[in-house]
Amino acid sequence: MIEVKNIEKSFGDSKVLKGVSTVFETGKTNLIIGQSGSGKTVLLKTLLGIHTPDTGTIEFDGRVYSDLDKDEKRELRTEIGMVFQGSALFDSMTVEENVAFPLRMFTNDNKAKIKERVDFVLERVNLVEAHKKLPSEISGGMQKRVAIARAIVNNPKYLFCDEPNSGLDPNTSTLIDNLIQEITKEYNITTVINTHDMNSVMEIGENIVFLKKGLKAWQGTKEEIFRTDNKDIVKFVYSSNLFKKVREAYLKG
Amino acid sequence: MLIRYLSQIGKYFLMLKEIFNKQTKWSVMKKLIFKEIDDLIIDSLGIVCFISFFIGGVVAIQTALNLTNPLIPKYLIGFATRQSVILEFAPTFISVIMAGKMGSYITSSIGTMRVTEQIDALEVMGVNSLNYLVFPKIVALLMYPFVIGISMFLGIFGGWLASAYGGFSTSQDFIAGAQMEFIPFHITYAFIKTLIFAMLLATIPSFHGYYMKGGALEVGKASTVSFVWTSVCIILFNYILTQLLLG
Repeated sequence: MIEVKNIEKSFGDSKVLKGVSTVFETGKTNLIIGQSGSGKTVLLKTLLGIHTPDTGTIEFDGRVYSDLDKDEKRELRTEIGMVFQGSALFDSMTVEENVAFPLRMFTNDNKAKIKERVDFVLERVNLVEAHKKLPSEISGGMQKRVAIARAIVNNPKYLFCDEPNSGLDPNTSTLIDNLIQEITKEYNITTVINTHDMNSVMEIGENIVFLKKGLKAWQGTKEEIFRTDNKDIVKFVYSSNLFKKVREAYLKG
Repeated sequence: MLIRYLSQIGKYFLMLKEIFNKQTKWSVMKKLIFKEIDDLIIDSLGIVCFISFFIGGVVAIQTALNLTNPLIPKYLIGFATRQSVILEFAPTFISVIMAGKMGSYITSSIGTMRVTEQIDALEVMGVNSLNYLVFPKIVALLMYPFVIGISMFLGIFGGWLASAYGGFSTSQDFIAGAQMEFIPFHITYAFIKTLIFAMLLATIPSFHGYYMKGGALEVGKASTVSFVWTSVCIILFNYILTQLLLG
Protein backbone atom coordinates (compact mmCIF):
# COMPACT_ATOMS: atom_id res chain seq x y z
CA MET A 1 0.00 0.00 0.00
CA ILE A 2 1.18 3.50 -0.81
CA GLU A 3 -0.13 6.33 1.32
CA VAL A 4 0.23 9.90 0.09
CA LYS A 5 -0.27 12.61 2.71
CA ASN A 6 -0.76 16.26 1.80
CA ILE A 7 1.73 16.38 -1.08
CA GLU A 8 2.57 19.81 -2.48
CA LYS A 9 4.94 20.45 -5.36
CA SER A 10 5.84 23.70 -7.13
CA PHE A 11 8.05 24.48 -10.12
CA GLY A 12 9.12 28.12 -9.82
CA ASP A 13 5.96 30.15 -9.25
CA SER A 14 3.69 27.41 -10.55
CA LYS A 15 2.15 25.20 -7.85
CA VAL A 16 1.33 21.91 -9.57
CA LEU A 17 0.26 19.76 -6.60
CA LYS A 18 -1.68 21.63 -3.91
CA GLY A 19 -2.00 19.14 -1.07
CA VAL A 20 -2.92 15.74 -2.49
CA SER A 21 -3.75 12.96 -0.01
CA THR A 22 -4.81 9.47 -1.04
CA VAL A 23 -4.18 5.76 -0.62
CA PHE A 24 -3.15 3.35 -3.40
CA GLU A 25 -4.20 -0.14 -2.35
CA THR A 26 -2.30 -3.41 -2.70
CA GLY A 27 -3.64 -5.96 -5.18
CA LYS A 28 -5.70 -3.33 -7.00
CA THR A 29 -5.24 -1.30 -10.16
CA ASN A 30 -5.13 2.27 -8.87
CA LEU A 31 -5.70 4.87 -11.59
CA ILE A 32 -4.78 8.54 -11.55
CA ILE A 33 -6.90 10.45 -14.05
CA GLY A 34 -7.34 14.11 -14.90
CA GLN A 35 -7.00 16.64 -17.68
CA SER A 36 -3.62 17.57 -19.13
CA GLY A 37 -1.87 19.87 -16.65
CA SER A 38 -3.83 18.56 -13.66
CA GLY A 39 -0.66 17.20 -12.04
CA LYS A 40 -0.97 13.47 -12.85
CA THR A 41 2.55 13.02 -14.17
CA VAL A 42 4.06 15.18 -11.42
CA LEU A 43 2.27 13.07 -8.79
CA LEU A 44 3.52 9.86 -10.40
CA LYS A 45 7.09 11.17 -10.67
CA THR A 46 6.90 12.32 -7.05
CA LEU A 47 5.81 8.83 -6.01
CA LEU A 48 8.77 7.45 -7.95
CA GLY A 49 11.21 9.81 -6.24
CA ILE A 50 12.10 11.60 -9.49
CA HIS A 51 10.60 14.80 -7.97
CA THR A 52 10.96 15.70 -4.29
CA PRO A 53 7.74 17.03 -2.73
CA ASP A 54 7.87 20.49 -1.12
CA THR A 55 5.68 19.31 1.74
CA GLY A 56 3.88 16.10 2.68
CA THR A 57 4.96 12.47 2.94
CA ILE A 58 4.77 9.26 0.91
CA GLU A 59 4.68 5.93 2.74
CA PHE A 60 5.47 2.63 1.05
CA ASP A 61 3.98 0.01 3.39
CA GLY A 62 4.81 2.15 6.39
CA ARG A 63 8.22 3.29 5.16
CA VAL A 64 8.27 7.10 4.89
CA TYR A 65 10.26 7.82 1.72
CA SER A 66 11.68 11.15 2.92
CA ASP A 67 13.01 9.51 6.13
CA LEU A 68 15.05 6.92 4.22
CA ASP A 69 18.76 7.48 3.60
CA LYS A 70 20.23 7.35 0.08
CA ASP A 71 21.00 3.61 0.18
CA GLU A 72 17.58 2.75 1.64
CA LYS A 73 15.94 4.79 -1.13
CA ARG A 74 17.92 2.88 -3.77
CA GLU A 75 16.96 -0.38 -2.05
CA LEU A 76 13.29 0.63 -2.12
CA ARG A 77 13.58 1.48 -5.79
CA THR A 78 14.62 -2.08 -6.54
CA GLU A 79 11.12 -3.02 -5.32
CA ILE A 80 9.56 -0.74 -7.94
CA GLY A 81 8.70 -1.60 -11.54
CA MET A 82 7.95 1.21 -13.92
CA VAL A 83 6.38 1.27 -17.38
CA PHE A 84 7.15 4.60 -19.01
CA GLN A 85 4.90 6.36 -21.52
CA GLY A 86 7.45 5.88 -24.31
CA SER A 87 8.48 2.44 -22.93
CA ALA A 88 12.03 3.76 -22.20
CA LEU A 89 13.66 0.56 -23.41
CA PHE A 90 17.44 0.69 -23.76
CA ASP A 91 18.08 1.21 -27.49
CA SER A 92 21.38 -0.63 -27.58
CA MET A 93 20.03 -3.80 -25.93
CA THR A 94 17.92 -6.58 -27.40
CA VAL A 95 14.50 -7.39 -25.96
CA GLU A 96 15.87 -10.16 -23.73
CA GLU A 97 18.79 -8.00 -22.57
CA ASN A 98 16.33 -5.24 -21.65
CA VAL A 99 14.22 -7.65 -19.63
CA ALA A 100 17.27 -9.27 -18.02
CA PHE A 101 18.73 -5.89 -17.04
CA PRO A 102 17.23 -5.61 -13.50
CA LEU A 103 18.25 -9.20 -12.77
CA ARG A 104 21.82 -8.64 -13.95
CA MET A 105 22.03 -5.46 -11.89
CA PHE A 106 20.47 -6.56 -8.63
CA THR A 107 20.71 -10.32 -8.29
CA ASN A 108 23.56 -12.80 -8.24
CA ASP A 109 21.67 -15.27 -10.40
CA ASN A 110 23.68 -17.19 -12.98
CA LYS A 111 23.07 -16.88 -16.73
CA ALA A 112 20.85 -19.97 -16.93
CA LYS A 113 18.59 -18.80 -14.10
CA ILE A 114 18.32 -15.30 -15.60
CA LYS A 115 17.45 -16.77 -19.00
CA GLU A 116 14.79 -19.00 -17.43
CA ARG A 117 13.17 -16.02 -15.66
CA VAL A 118 13.38 -13.81 -18.80
CA ASP A 119 11.76 -16.54 -20.91
CA PHE A 120 9.03 -16.93 -18.28
CA VAL A 121 8.09 -13.22 -18.13
CA LEU A 122 8.29 -12.78 -21.90
CA GLU A 123 5.92 -15.71 -22.25
CA ARG A 124 3.73 -14.16 -19.54
CA VAL A 125 3.34 -10.99 -21.65
CA ASN A 126 2.75 -13.10 -24.78
CA LEU A 127 6.02 -12.17 -26.40
CA VAL A 128 8.03 -15.23 -27.28
CA GLU A 129 9.17 -14.40 -30.78
CA ALA A 130 11.14 -11.23 -30.19
CA HIS A 131 14.00 -12.22 -27.85
CA LYS A 132 16.85 -11.17 -30.12
CA LYS A 133 15.23 -8.10 -31.66
CA LEU A 134 16.18 -4.51 -30.85
CA PRO A 135 13.43 -2.17 -29.54
CA SER A 136 13.53 -0.28 -32.86
CA GLU A 137 12.61 -3.50 -34.69
CA ILE A 138 9.33 -4.17 -32.85
CA SER A 139 5.94 -2.42 -32.77
CA GLY A 140 4.75 0.07 -30.12
CA GLY A 141 2.46 -2.53 -28.54
CA MET A 142 5.30 -5.04 -28.34
CA GLN A 143 7.57 -2.39 -26.84
CA LYS A 144 4.96 -1.78 -24.13
CA ARG A 145 4.82 -5.51 -23.41
CA VAL A 146 8.63 -5.64 -23.17
CA ALA A 147 8.48 -2.67 -20.78
CA ILE A 148 5.91 -4.52 -18.64
CA ALA A 149 8.08 -7.65 -18.71
CA ARG A 150 11.11 -5.61 -17.60
CA ALA A 151 9.04 -3.98 -14.86
CA ILE A 152 7.84 -7.29 -13.36
CA VAL A 153 10.93 -9.46 -13.93
CA ASN A 154 12.35 -8.69 -10.50
CA ASN A 155 9.05 -9.39 -8.67
CA PRO A 156 8.34 -5.78 -7.69
CA LYS A 157 6.03 -4.82 -4.82
CA TYR A 158 4.96 -1.67 -6.63
CA LEU A 159 4.19 -1.21 -10.33
CA PHE A 160 3.84 2.24 -11.86
CA CYS A 161 2.60 2.84 -15.40
CA ASP A 162 2.63 6.22 -17.10
CA GLU A 163 -0.05 6.26 -19.80
CA PRO A 164 0.57 2.63 -20.84
CA ASN A 165 -1.97 2.86 -23.69
CA SER A 166 -0.79 6.04 -25.37
CA GLY A 167 -0.21 5.56 -29.09
CA LEU A 168 -1.77 2.08 -29.14
CA ASP A 169 -4.80 0.86 -31.09
CA PRO A 170 -7.95 0.02 -29.02
CA ASN A 171 -7.41 -3.73 -29.26
CA THR A 172 -3.79 -3.59 -28.08
CA SER A 173 -4.79 -1.07 -25.38
CA THR A 174 -7.31 -3.51 -23.95
CA LEU A 175 -4.73 -6.32 -24.06
CA ILE A 176 -2.23 -4.15 -22.16
CA ASP A 177 -4.87 -3.10 -19.59
CA ASN A 178 -5.94 -6.69 -18.98
CA LEU A 179 -2.32 -7.82 -18.75
CA ILE A 180 -1.55 -5.17 -16.11
CA GLN A 181 -4.63 -6.13 -14.11
CA GLU A 182 -3.84 -9.85 -14.30
CA ILE A 183 -0.27 -9.24 -13.15
CA THR A 184 -1.50 -7.04 -10.29
CA LYS A 185 -3.76 -9.82 -9.01
CA GLU A 186 -1.30 -12.64 -9.71
CA TYR A 187 1.59 -11.07 -7.79
CA ASN A 188 -0.54 -9.02 -5.34
CA ILE A 189 1.30 -5.80 -6.11
CA THR A 190 0.33 -2.16 -5.70
CA THR A 191 -0.22 -0.85 -9.20
CA VAL A 192 -0.58 2.84 -9.95
CA ILE A 193 -1.52 3.83 -13.50
CA ASN A 194 -1.50 7.35 -14.83
CA THR A 195 -3.98 7.57 -17.70
CA HIS A 196 -6.50 9.70 -19.51
CA ASP A 197 -7.82 6.77 -21.52
CA MET A 198 -11.48 6.34 -20.50
CA ASN A 199 -11.56 2.79 -21.84
CA SER A 200 -8.90 1.89 -19.25
CA VAL A 201 -10.93 3.61 -16.55
CA MET A 202 -14.00 1.54 -17.40
CA GLU A 203 -11.98 -1.64 -17.92
CA ILE A 204 -9.64 -1.82 -14.92
CA GLY A 205 -10.44 1.14 -12.62
CA GLU A 206 -10.64 -0.44 -9.17
CA ASN A 207 -9.50 2.68 -7.32
CA ILE A 208 -9.68 5.87 -9.35
CA VAL A 209 -8.17 9.16 -8.17
CA PHE A 210 -9.36 12.17 -10.16
CA LEU A 211 -7.07 15.21 -10.06
CA LYS A 212 -8.16 18.71 -10.96
CA LYS A 213 -5.79 21.68 -10.88
CA GLY A 214 -3.40 19.92 -8.49
CA LEU A 215 -6.07 18.77 -6.05
CA LYS A 216 -7.84 15.46 -5.55
CA ALA A 217 -11.36 16.21 -6.79
CA TRP A 218 -12.84 12.70 -6.51
CA GLN A 219 -11.92 9.11 -5.62
CA GLY A 220 -13.88 5.92 -6.19
CA THR A 221 -14.28 2.76 -8.27
CA LYS A 222 -15.37 2.30 -11.90
CA GLU A 223 -18.86 1.35 -10.69
CA GLU A 224 -19.09 4.49 -8.56
CA ILE A 225 -18.02 6.62 -11.49
CA PHE A 226 -21.35 5.79 -13.21
CA ARG A 227 -23.43 6.90 -10.23
CA THR A 228 -21.49 9.95 -9.09
CA ASP A 229 -23.00 13.38 -9.50
CA ASN A 230 -19.67 15.13 -9.05
CA LYS A 231 -19.82 17.68 -11.88
CA ASP A 232 -16.08 17.76 -12.51
CA ILE A 233 -15.68 14.03 -13.03
CA VAL A 234 -18.91 13.70 -14.99
CA LYS A 235 -17.75 16.47 -17.31
CA PHE A 236 -14.31 14.84 -17.68
CA VAL A 237 -15.28 11.18 -18.06
CA TYR A 238 -18.45 11.64 -20.09
CA SER A 239 -17.15 14.22 -22.54
CA SER A 240 -17.78 11.88 -25.50
CA ASN A 241 -21.29 10.96 -26.72
CA LEU A 242 -20.46 7.27 -26.54
CA PHE A 243 -19.67 7.40 -22.83
CA LYS A 244 -22.69 9.64 -22.18
CA LYS A 245 -24.91 6.94 -23.73
CA VAL A 246 -23.11 4.18 -21.83
CA ARG A 247 -23.77 6.05 -18.57
CA GLU A 248 -27.42 6.66 -19.43
CA ALA A 249 -27.87 2.97 -20.24
CA TYR A 250 -26.14 1.96 -16.97
CA LEU A 251 -28.29 4.30 -14.88
CA LYS A 252 -31.46 2.99 -16.57
CA GLY A 253 -30.29 -0.48 -15.55
CA MET B 1 25.18 35.45 -15.81
CA LEU B 2 28.20 34.90 -13.51
CA ILE B 3 25.99 33.20 -10.91
CA ARG B 4 24.63 30.90 -13.64
CA TYR B 5 28.16 29.89 -14.73
CA LEU B 6 29.25 29.34 -11.12
CA SER B 7 26.14 27.26 -10.50
CA GLN B 8 26.90 25.13 -13.57
CA ILE B 9 30.51 24.64 -12.43
CA GLY B 10 29.25 23.60 -8.98
CA LYS B 11 26.79 21.19 -10.58
CA TYR B 12 29.63 19.73 -12.69
CA PHE B 13 31.74 18.99 -9.61
CA LEU B 14 28.75 17.46 -7.79
CA MET B 15 28.27 15.26 -10.86
CA LEU B 16 31.94 14.16 -10.65
CA LYS B 17 31.41 13.18 -7.00
CA GLU B 18 28.24 11.23 -7.84
CA ILE B 19 29.98 9.32 -10.66
CA PHE B 20 32.18 7.56 -8.11
CA ASN B 21 29.33 6.82 -5.66
CA LYS B 22 27.56 3.43 -5.56
CA GLN B 23 29.44 1.47 -8.15
CA THR B 24 27.62 -0.67 -10.69
CA LYS B 25 28.24 -4.44 -10.39
CA TRP B 26 31.63 -5.32 -11.88
CA SER B 27 30.19 -8.01 -14.18
CA VAL B 28 27.97 -5.35 -15.80
CA MET B 29 30.55 -2.57 -15.68
CA LYS B 30 33.20 -4.72 -17.39
CA LYS B 31 31.02 -5.08 -20.50
CA LEU B 32 30.21 -1.37 -20.51
CA ILE B 33 33.92 -0.47 -20.34
CA PHE B 34 34.77 -2.72 -23.31
CA LYS B 35 31.88 -1.22 -25.28
CA GLU B 36 33.10 2.31 -24.54
CA ILE B 37 36.69 1.38 -25.49
CA ASP B 38 35.31 0.20 -28.81
CA ASP B 39 33.06 3.25 -29.36
CA LEU B 40 35.40 5.95 -28.11
CA ILE B 41 38.95 4.66 -28.65
CA ILE B 42 38.95 2.08 -31.44
CA ASP B 43 36.41 3.99 -33.54
CA SER B 44 38.52 7.15 -33.29
CA LEU B 45 41.75 5.54 -34.50
CA GLY B 46 40.96 5.89 -38.21
CA ILE B 47 40.37 9.63 -38.19
CA VAL B 48 43.26 10.24 -35.75
CA CYS B 49 45.69 8.28 -37.98
CA PHE B 50 44.50 10.06 -41.12
CA ILE B 51 44.73 13.58 -39.65
CA SER B 52 48.03 12.96 -37.85
CA PHE B 53 49.78 11.53 -40.90
CA PHE B 54 48.81 14.38 -43.23
CA ILE B 55 49.20 17.23 -40.72
CA GLY B 56 52.67 15.87 -39.83
CA GLY B 57 53.49 16.03 -43.55
CA VAL B 58 52.14 19.58 -43.85
CA VAL B 59 54.10 20.76 -40.78
CA ALA B 60 57.32 19.39 -42.35
CA ILE B 61 56.60 21.02 -45.74
CA GLN B 62 55.65 24.39 -44.18
CA THR B 63 58.80 24.34 -42.04
CA ALA B 64 60.96 23.50 -45.07
CA LEU B 65 59.39 26.24 -47.16
CA ASN B 66 60.06 28.81 -44.45
CA LEU B 67 63.72 27.83 -44.04
CA THR B 68 64.92 29.98 -46.93
CA ASN B 69 68.23 31.01 -45.37
CA PRO B 70 70.95 28.63 -46.69
CA LEU B 71 72.79 28.92 -43.35
CA ILE B 72 69.96 27.17 -41.53
CA PRO B 73 70.58 23.40 -41.61
CA LYS B 74 67.95 21.13 -43.17
CA TYR B 75 67.84 18.86 -40.12
CA LEU B 76 65.80 21.60 -38.40
CA ILE B 77 62.82 20.36 -40.44
CA GLY B 78 62.86 17.10 -38.47
CA PHE B 79 63.46 18.93 -35.22
CA ALA B 80 60.57 21.39 -35.75
CA THR B 81 58.21 18.66 -36.88
CA ARG B 82 58.99 16.52 -33.83
CA GLN B 83 58.57 19.43 -31.40
CA SER B 84 55.31 20.65 -32.99
CA VAL B 85 53.79 17.19 -33.13
CA ILE B 86 54.82 16.00 -29.66
CA LEU B 87 54.24 19.20 -27.73
CA GLU B 88 51.10 20.60 -29.29
CA PHE B 89 49.64 18.94 -32.34
CA ALA B 90 49.11 15.42 -31.02
CA PRO B 91 47.98 16.11 -27.47
CA THR B 92 46.09 19.39 -27.90
CA PHE B 93 44.75 19.63 -31.42
CA ILE B 94 43.78 15.99 -31.69
CA SER B 95 41.93 16.50 -28.38
CA VAL B 96 40.05 19.49 -29.83
CA ILE B 97 39.11 17.35 -32.83
CA MET B 98 38.06 14.56 -30.45
CA ALA B 99 35.91 17.07 -28.55
CA GLY B 100 33.92 17.21 -31.77
CA LYS B 101 33.94 13.52 -32.56
CA MET B 102 33.77 11.80 -29.16
CA GLY B 103 32.15 14.75 -27.40
CA SER B 104 29.17 15.04 -29.72
CA TYR B 105 28.74 11.24 -29.61
CA ILE B 106 28.74 11.23 -25.80
CA THR B 107 26.39 14.22 -25.47
CA SER B 108 23.94 13.01 -28.07
CA SER B 109 23.84 9.41 -26.79
CA ILE B 110 23.30 10.46 -23.16
CA GLY B 111 20.97 13.31 -24.22
CA THR B 112 18.83 10.91 -26.24
CA MET B 113 18.63 8.62 -23.21
CA ARG B 114 17.45 11.62 -21.17
CA VAL B 115 14.81 12.60 -23.76
CA THR B 116 13.47 9.05 -24.10
CA GLU B 117 13.30 8.59 -20.28
CA GLN B 118 15.94 5.84 -20.29
CA ILE B 119 17.89 7.71 -17.58
CA ASP B 120 14.70 8.00 -15.50
CA ALA B 121 14.22 4.25 -16.01
CA LEU B 122 17.73 3.59 -14.62
CA GLU B 123 17.12 5.87 -11.61
CA VAL B 124 13.71 4.35 -10.86
CA MET B 125 15.31 0.89 -10.87
CA GLY B 126 17.79 2.11 -8.25
CA VAL B 127 20.81 2.31 -10.57
CA ASN B 128 23.27 5.18 -10.07
CA SER B 129 22.80 6.41 -13.64
CA LEU B 130 25.85 8.71 -13.55
CA ASN B 131 28.10 5.85 -12.50
CA TYR B 132 26.49 3.53 -15.07
CA LEU B 133 26.80 6.00 -17.95
CA VAL B 134 29.89 8.11 -17.26
CA PHE B 135 32.28 5.93 -15.24
CA PRO B 136 32.89 3.47 -18.15
CA LYS B 137 33.70 6.42 -20.40
CA ILE B 138 36.28 7.73 -17.92
CA VAL B 139 37.90 4.29 -17.66
CA ALA B 140 37.84 3.81 -21.45
CA LEU B 141 39.50 7.18 -21.94
CA LEU B 142 42.41 6.10 -19.75
CA MET B 143 43.48 4.48 -23.04
CA TYR B 144 43.42 7.87 -24.76
CA PRO B 145 47.20 8.37 -24.30
CA PHE B 146 47.69 5.34 -26.59
CA VAL B 147 45.73 7.15 -29.29
CA ILE B 148 47.89 10.23 -28.80
CA GLY B 149 51.03 8.06 -28.86
CA ILE B 150 49.96 6.70 -32.25
CA SER B 151 49.21 10.24 -33.38
CA MET B 152 52.71 11.37 -32.36
CA PHE B 153 54.34 8.51 -34.24
CA LEU B 154 52.24 8.99 -37.39
CA GLY B 155 52.69 12.77 -37.33
CA ILE B 156 56.47 12.44 -37.32
CA PHE B 157 56.31 9.58 -39.83
CA GLY B 158 54.14 11.70 -42.17
CA GLY B 159 56.63 14.57 -41.77
CA TRP B 160 59.53 12.27 -42.62
CA LEU B 161 57.79 10.91 -45.73
CA ALA B 162 56.77 14.37 -46.95
CA SER B 163 60.21 15.77 -46.28
CA ALA B 164 62.32 12.94 -47.66
CA TYR B 165 60.18 11.97 -50.63
CA GLY B 166 59.03 15.55 -51.38
CA GLY B 167 62.63 16.63 -51.84
CA PHE B 168 62.74 19.07 -48.92
CA SER B 169 65.55 17.32 -47.04
CA THR B 170 67.30 14.00 -47.00
CA SER B 171 66.00 11.15 -44.92
CA GLN B 172 69.18 11.23 -42.80
CA ASP B 173 68.83 14.97 -42.12
CA PHE B 174 65.21 14.59 -41.03
CA ILE B 175 66.00 11.66 -38.73
CA ALA B 176 69.02 13.48 -37.26
CA GLY B 177 66.81 16.52 -36.59
CA ALA B 178 64.06 14.39 -35.07
CA GLN B 179 66.63 12.91 -32.63
CA MET B 180 68.36 16.19 -31.86
CA GLU B 181 68.18 17.63 -28.32
CA PHE B 182 65.45 15.23 -27.35
CA ILE B 183 64.07 15.96 -23.87
CA PRO B 184 62.22 12.93 -22.49
CA PHE B 185 60.19 15.15 -20.13
CA HIS B 186 58.41 16.58 -23.18
CA ILE B 187 56.79 13.19 -23.67
CA THR B 188 55.81 13.07 -19.99
CA TYR B 189 54.40 16.60 -20.30
CA ALA B 190 52.40 15.60 -23.38
CA PHE B 191 50.95 12.53 -21.68
CA ILE B 192 50.07 14.42 -18.47
CA LYS B 193 48.15 16.88 -20.68
CA THR B 194 46.55 14.01 -22.54
CA LEU B 195 45.24 12.37 -19.36
CA ILE B 196 43.71 15.63 -18.16
CA PHE B 197 42.16 16.23 -21.59
CA ALA B 198 40.80 12.67 -21.49
CA MET B 199 39.04 13.45 -18.22
CA LEU B 200 37.59 16.63 -19.77
CA LEU B 201 36.55 14.71 -22.91
CA ALA B 202 34.68 12.12 -20.86
CA THR B 203 32.98 14.38 -18.33
CA ILE B 204 32.06 17.72 -19.99
CA PRO B 205 30.05 16.16 -22.85
CA SER B 206 28.45 13.75 -20.35
CA PHE B 207 27.46 16.73 -18.17
CA HIS B 208 25.79 18.49 -21.11
CA GLY B 209 23.96 15.33 -22.18
CA TYR B 210 22.90 14.26 -18.70
CA TYR B 211 21.44 17.58 -17.60
CA MET B 212 19.85 18.60 -20.92
CA LYS B 213 16.15 19.39 -21.04
CA GLY B 214 13.77 19.29 -23.98
CA GLY B 215 13.50 17.19 -27.11
CA ALA B 216 15.47 16.12 -30.16
CA LEU B 217 16.34 19.70 -31.17
CA GLU B 218 17.84 20.35 -27.74
CA VAL B 219 19.99 17.20 -28.08
CA GLY B 220 21.59 18.83 -31.15
CA LYS B 221 22.02 22.13 -29.33
CA ALA B 222 23.52 20.38 -26.29
CA SER B 223 26.06 18.63 -28.57
CA THR B 224 27.16 21.98 -30.01
CA VAL B 225 27.40 23.64 -26.59
CA SER B 226 29.32 20.65 -25.25
CA PHE B 227 31.83 20.85 -28.13
CA VAL B 228 32.38 24.57 -27.49
CA TRP B 229 32.91 24.14 -23.74
CA THR B 230 35.10 21.05 -24.07
CA SER B 231 37.31 22.90 -26.59
CA VAL B 232 37.46 26.02 -24.39
CA CYS B 233 38.45 23.93 -21.37
CA ILE B 234 41.08 21.98 -23.35
CA ILE B 235 42.68 25.21 -24.61
CA LEU B 236 42.52 26.77 -21.15
CA PHE B 237 44.02 23.75 -19.40
CA ASN B 238 46.65 23.52 -22.15
CA TYR B 239 47.82 27.00 -21.23
CA ILE B 240 47.75 26.36 -17.47
CA LEU B 241 49.58 23.01 -17.74
CA THR B 242 52.20 24.40 -20.11
CA GLN B 243 52.86 27.24 -17.68
CA LEU B 244 53.03 24.86 -14.73
CA LEU B 245 55.09 22.07 -16.33
CA LEU B 246 57.34 23.91 -18.78
CA GLY B 247 57.21 27.54 -17.70
